[in-house]
Amino acid sequence: MDELERAIVNRLQGGFPLSERPFADAARELGIDEATLIAKLKAMLEAGTLTRFGPMYDAERLGGAFTLCAMSVPAADFERVAALVNAHPEVAHNYERAHRYNMWFVIAAASRAQIAPLVAAIETETGYPVLNLPREQEYFIELRLVA
Amino acid sequence: MNAADEAIVRATQAGLPLVAEPWGAVAQAAGLTQAQLFARLDTMLADGRIRRIGAVPNHYALGYIANAMSVWDVADDAVDELGAQVGALAFVTHCYRRPRRLPEWRYNLFAMVHGRSRANAEAHLAQIRALLAPALRASDVLYSTRILKKTGLRLA
Repeated sequence: MDELERAIVNRLQGGFPLSERPFADAARELGIDEATLIAKLKAMLEAGTLTRFGPMYDAERLGGAFTLCAMSVPAADFERVAALVNAHPEVAHNYERAHRYNMWFVIAAASRAQIAPLVAAIETETGYPVLNLPREQEYFIELRLVA
Repeated sequence: MNAADEAIVRATQAGLPLVAEPWGAVAQAAGLTQAQLFARLDTMLADGRIRRIGAVPNHYALGYIANAMSVWDVADDAVDELGAQVGALAFVTHCYRRPRRLPEWRYNLFAMVHGRSRANAEAHLAQIRALLAPALRASDVLYSTRILKKTGLRLA
């Protein structure tokens, strides 16, 4: 990551301006011009340095429902199962982890009622049981990483 | 959530258009004026429906290669008090209580820790372990090895 990318990550994880020309305003703060910032953001998204650029929503406060799910999938079957799980638009993130439970994904659905049928569908499609672990209490949340 | 807010979520959930006037494009897609759009966004930021607006970095790309999901089996009568203390640690980015699923899954407290190295993450975990010690029965750590999908919220 170059110096400009570092500055973009550190300055633009929040507070993107609500203005007519927000990229121009943000670029001015970074000492660059609008076109440079837009091009740089496109490149960072394409390279995977950024996963998204825009509003970060709290699914539960929007009235949606969230749950964390875990599956224990044999290595030989892992890619097939990952593709089936990821094909659901409600699956927002999915991580491979080094553990007996090696696939962990978050479901974000419009309502709590949609979760159980979706979990059941994933179990049927993949042939493996799913641990459904909805959050019962949140103690704190702050996800701003320093580049 | 009213219809305007829902239209805004739908127009932005995949990300903002990278054009000179992205809010103008969002307002048009949502059927609002830009002033109406900004008023709704201000409200959603104030009530927490929007956590923030900007860049969402990939942990790995930032050098946070040791992304540990630590899980802890903490006595039920102590988990809320201790969970709040764990959640307040600077290096803990998410901290939740979740249900046990016995016999497969015994852990009721989850704390995400991001470290620039395995050693860095382990030092953070030792601090959590010390804090939970009086009520701790077992723990485990799950390091992520690959992002399989990360899209953020999508309204179906």
